[in-house]
Amino acid sequence: MTATAPRPSPARPALSALRDRAMRLAEYVTTPLLPADYLDMVNPLRAGADLRGRVVAVQRETADAATLVIRPGADWQRHVPGQWVRIGIDVDGVRMWRAYSLTSHLDRPDGCISVTVKAIPGGKVSNHLVHRTHPGTLVHLDQATGEFVLPAQAPAKVLFVTAGSGITPVMGILRNHDELTDVVVVHSAPTPEDVVFGADLRELAAAGRIRLIEQHTDTAGLLDAAAIAELVPDLAERATWACGPVGMLEALEEHWSAAGIADRLFTERFRPTVVVAGEGGTVTFTGTGTSIEADGATPILDAAEEAGVLMPSGCRMGICYGCVLPLREGAVRDLRTGEVTTAVPGDGVLVQTCISAAAGACDIDH
Amino acid sequence: MTVLQKKADNPIEHLTPEDIELIGKELDDIRQSVIDTRGENDARYIRKVIDVHRKIELGSRAVLLASGFPPAWVVGTIGLSVAKILENMEIGHNILHGQWDWMRDPKIHSTTWEWDMASPADQWKHSHNELHHTYTNVIGKDNDLGYGIMRVDEDQPWQPFHLGQPIWSFINACFFEYGIAAYDLELGAVVAKKQTKDPEFRARAKAVLRKIGKQVAKDYVAHPLLSGPNFLPTLAANFTANLVRNLWSNSVILCGHFPEGVETFEKKSIDGETRGEWYLRQMLGSANISGSQAMHIMTGNLSHQIEHHLFPDLPSNRYAEIAPRIRDLFDRYGLNYHTAPLPQQVGSAWHKIIRLSLPNGWLELTNRRNLLSQLAVLYKMTTGSPKVRRTLQRKLTAGVRLTRAAAA
Repeated sequence: MTATAPRPSPARPALSALRDRAMRLAEYVTTPLLPADYLDMVNPLRAGADLRGRVVAVQRETADAATLVIRPGADWQRHVPGQWVRIGIDVDGVRMWRAYSLTSHLDRPDGCISVTVKAIPGGKVSNHLVHRTHPGTLVHLDQATGEFVLPAQAPAKVLFVTAGSGITPVMGILRNHDELTDVVVVHSAPTPEDVVFGADLRELAAAGRIRLIEQHTDTAGLLDAAAIAELVPDLAERATWACGPVGMLEALEEHWSAAGIADRLFTERFRPTVVVAGEGGTVTFTGTGTSIEADGATPILDAAEEAGVLMPSGCRMGICYGCVLPLREGAVRDLRTGEVTTAVPGDGVLVQTCISAAAGACDIDH
Repeated sequence: MTVLQKKADNPIEHLTPEDIELIGKELDDIRQSVIDTRGENDARYIRKVIDVHRKIELGSRAVLLASGFPPAWVVGTIGLSVAKILENMEIGHNILHGQWDWMRDPKIHSTTWEWDMASPADQWKHSHNELHHTYTNVIGKDNDLGYGIMRVDEDQPWQPFHLGQPIWSFINACFFEYGIAAYDLELGAVVAKKQTKDPEFRARAKAVLRKIGKQVAKDYVAHPLLSGPNFLPTLAANFTANLVRNLWSNSVILCGHFPEGVETFEKKSIDGETRGEWYLRQMLGSANISGSQAMHIMTGNLSHQIEHHLFPDLPSNRYAEIAPRIRDLFDRYGLNYHTAPLPQQVGSAWHKIIRLSLPNGWLELTNRRNLLSQLAVLYKMTTGSPKVRRTLQRKLTAGVRLTRAAAA
């Protein structure tokens, strides 16, 4: 077991100091394990435990999407609608972490949270969560994070442009911000049946809360930015949040810049775009002394995990910084931009291992 | 045993280099077949063992709070012994080998695990995983061959202190975890070279002492104190459980490489060793224990020492499954798959320890008629200079050769 000290509890200081002292005493009895190892056997969701959650329900949304209702551990802090949470789940016995947008009401009476997951073809974790996860499963969590949220003062007029599972953070926002009255949602999905939250959205539209524009791309093709501008004539007056595939986001960014309203567009990316692959190299983890050969197209994170190195990881798309490690020496290439980051001995340049590939030999402090 | 390379009857003489490469390829395939099918069932297995261990340990310690009541003492001590054995063997040893690293669970990982052993995990991983598993049974390279205190091979030169090795081997068995800690620290060599002031050694020694301190505080202070009036019986129970665990793990480890018939290797024989040759050395240098599933679990699956040495980082619960394929490979290539029940292997190892406490050939040449003169030889070898020892040893060796020639 890990030799790390138990996390300070968020309880009142006096009480928490007392508990810390009791814990230290208890360590005498549990060494080499920690008291937490035994407490976890009884209550893995207790205060002070590593943050976990228990799946209490799996609700099917579409043929390939499902909402997981999760009872989070006692230390879960309220999230802001639109944020995402990292979920760690064992798939075929291997712990894997992915980030998913929270879609739940903040004030659910049962205190549960929910994420809505769309199974991507070939996606190990998403398919496991959608098709093979049952109530009762214990998952590992991080606190919610993310910038795809409304400002403190919600704008009067809002536009959401989403595609596929990009609707999930928007649903999280719509469910929790009743004060939004002038909302347009432009959503693309292959068919009407593929629209995640299709019924909820249509209900909101019927009730007059939102104006819903559905684009079914199997029959109607992709929506381009110009078409959106046509459908939403007052676009320039609206604050816009967009979430979907990279191509769509880039087209929107281009259009909004051209219109001089780039500051009114907020985007969230779901997957990194790999633009370049360079030469690889030997990656040495100085802490563990492990050396691996990594090619120039594979993120260091993937190569290291493949070689059995226990790596911190997060969204795996370069946004959450959960995988950052110091590069002590050598060079890495950002797979999204091709930019090379180098470190000379003595440096500790922090690099995101999930979107960085080796560009020659490198030493990473881990 | 004599190093394989010096044997008249070399057990691998019939193998061509191509054979050895083919053996290597087959073993690589077996390894891959396990890796390809590692998954949820394996993960469930190790979590179950960990869960069972924790429950047995907690339960036994709870029962021992009433250790003044003799049946409680007996039940609690048995439970605690079993828990400690499980923790060291099937859980600790195997996790520290990285057998479960593929699960990417930070709580069950070779880099984060710590165990109920005097030797801190990182020090043990170095001497065991890096040295012993790489240089298995190579004389002069693998210090596990007798742990520096025992002579377990004819090719290890006899020294007078080996006369007492049956006794210190037994003492070492009783306090095995401390023996291992001292061994991992290379205490003997450091003291001999007067390097005890070396800061790196001091830091490691401090880590060991800190670890021992924590264990002692738990087993001999905290738990007895919690037992209130039963302080002494609980202390005795902890001592007994540690003793049982030490004797058990020592026995299992003796069985792995020391039974008669296990091969050893010359230092220069591993120069430029191929993967196939490395595999072959592991095949010939290890011995299995046959028995029930319970026996396999309690030995941490080191009962499948051969399979373990071939694939030290495959999950231990899979060794039983590949054992028939390994055995078939031995048979097809005319190699000796060394396996026997525990009492037989332990007996064989101890027989070797006792036999090799005497100079090579001494026992063979001694009979009732020459007993006195042989004792005189032994006395001279024990008290004489190294030169005297070498001369007398040469005579003994020549005597054995003559006797054998005459018998033939």
